[in-house]
Amino acid sequence: MASILTNLFDGVAYGMLLFVLACGLAVTLGLMNFVNLAHGAFAMAGGYICAVLVNNSGWPFFTALPLAFVGSAVIGVALERTLYRHLYARSHLDQVLFSIGLVFMSVAAVDYIMGSSRVFIKLPAALEGQIDLFGVGIGRYRLMIVVICGLLTLALQLILAKTRFGSRLRAAVDDPRAAIGLGINVPQVFAFTFAFGCGLAGLGGALSAEILGLDPYFPLKFMIYFLIVVTVGGSSSITGPFLASLLLGIADVAGKYYVPKVGPFVIYTVMIVILLWRPNGLFGRTAAR
Amino acid sequence: MTALSDVSTHAMASARWRISEVAFWVLALACAFLFPSRYLIMTDIVRLGLFALSLDLILGYAGIVSLGHAAFFGVGAYSAGLLALHGIINEPVIALVAAGLVAAVLGFLTSFLVIRGVDLTRLMVTLGIALLLEALAERFSDITGGTDGLQGIEMQPILGLFAFDMFGKTGLFYSLIVLFILFLFARRVVHSPFGLSLRAIRNNPLRAAAIGIPVNRRLIAVYALAAFYAGIAGALFTQTTALASLDVFSFERSADLMLVLVIGGTGYLYGGLIGAVVFKMLQELFQSITPQYWLFWIGLVLVVIVMVGRARIHRWVLFVPNLIIRQFAGRRAAVAMPEGDAP
Repeated sequence: MASILTNLFDGVAYGMLLFVLACGLAVTLGLMNFVNLAHGAFAMAGGYICAVLVNNSGWPFFTALPLAFVGSAVIGVALERTLYRHLYARSHLDQVLFSIGLVFMSVAAVDYIMGSSRVFIKLPAALEGQIDLFGVGIGRYRLMIVVICGLLTLALQLILAKTRFGSRLRAAVDDPRAAIGLGINVPQVFAFTFAFGCGLAGLGGALSAEILGLDPYFPLKFMIYFLIVVTVGGSSSITGPFLASLLLGIADVAGKYYVPKVGPFVIYTVMIVILLWRPNGLFGRTAAR
Repeated sequence: MTALSDVSTHAMASARWRISEVAFWVLALACAFLFPSRYLIMTDIVRLGLFALSLDLILGYAGIVSLGHAAFFGVGAYSAGLLALHGIINEPVIALVAAGLVAAVLGFLTSFLVIRGVDLTRLMVTLGIALLLEALAERFSDITGGTDGLQGIEMQPILGLFAFDMFGKTGLFYSLIVLFILFLFARRVVHSPFGLSLRAIRNNPLRAAAIGIPVNRRLIAVYALAAFYAGIAGALFTQTTALASLDVFSFERSADLMLVLVIGGTGYLYGGLIGAVVFKMLQELFQSITPQYWLFWIGLVLVVIVMVGRARIHRWVLFVPNLIIRQFAGRRAAVAMPEGDAP
């Protein structure tokens, strides 16, 4: 019983991590209809920024995390302004090719600069080990992930629902032309959202180094997971991808633990079935227009 | 002249063999004789060209974007490997066709999943199928050999006459002949009314349906055909290299294939072949500059191609050949006009 709960908790932590990693993609893919396979590259950038700061420069882990966010967001906004924005109107094939190209470049570049082996981030002692909660062993690090990601999700939901920026974004997404007509600077809103999404991915990348493993092939290995979260979750709200990531996280951890040999098989099958059953995602109305 | 006969004369005119096409194949054959030390890489190019031709059938002619075309390549490769390993079909040519048919059956079955939905769903589903097969091949490692791959494959002589030699001479000519036959068939298909209807579907599925083209049936047919081609390419891979490992299903293989086709241009059959030559040369070049990091340059090529624009690049590349052809042929003989570029 306790092991089931521990697994469930690990799955939730994993799912929340996936959500933070992928929710930026929900905006680019679902809302801006841009097939960005390079999203994982931004996550990897954040992870490596954090690793360099903590391991080489001796920064505290909790100071390096926001910098991973900022670093990835800066890279994101630079690429958005120089490259991505020219491709919004292009065909999906062009977008796919472009983002695969970016992934290849980032993989080789990181391999060149940082080496091809897996990188570990030195964690503060307070985050190591487990605590015992009503007989259930809970990893401290995973607990921290759940807390951070949970707070982030709440904050995102509030920003989207309550702030002026949130309503602008929703308007721009629902109908870009009408939004421009109302005086909303749609490209600016998109650029800002893109940068924010990349920043979140970077933060997720930094947090995930311990759990998912950080090496130059990170963007390729987890690309399918991010895509699953967004396509299965849909993108009409933030809840869809959130629930999808939780499901995926729990299913993946449980699959690896209980049926180690068919784990990936189950996930891909479920994804294909869901996509055929509801092409716009489980919770989505307008996943792909 | 009615509109119908106008269409058919146009189709027949474009189906006629041009001097440049003959020149292309003569050149290909000449290369096979001229560079006896380069058999292996040339076989590689021929195989890749066939694989790209298969993607061109669905991407260039039917407009289906696929990120998992390696699935069929892999199935073909493993089928050919298993057939040879267990001595079920010893004759390579029959095994080749059998492997292609296995891939075609898979293509037929999965086409029902692929024709549903929009680009994004298709991308996900094709990618998912390839990953699924990779996971399956890893799971049933007692059959597929797992990460070590199939080992100890021994190929029998082709038609009982031509044994595979260690320099790859037989392999090259075998692959080249297979490529040529399949190319002839593909050429026949795309210039047939069937091929024309595919192009109509690519340009506007709704309008194609409105003039009475059975859109889904056509897409299923071409998808299965492309799977057959990819399966043959995979089987050739196994037969000429005598190995099949898990990386036949890898995402990189599908992604590289896209690059090949994009370099060469989609929708005129030669794109895949030209792209395969250029891609392999680029790969050799990059690997000689930076052995470990050639992926970076490949990625850069992709980004630059997309940023500059595919159609524009092809106009530049084809400028000189077209100029020469006009000198000789004297008329508007556009040898290699990418389909998307045509008005």
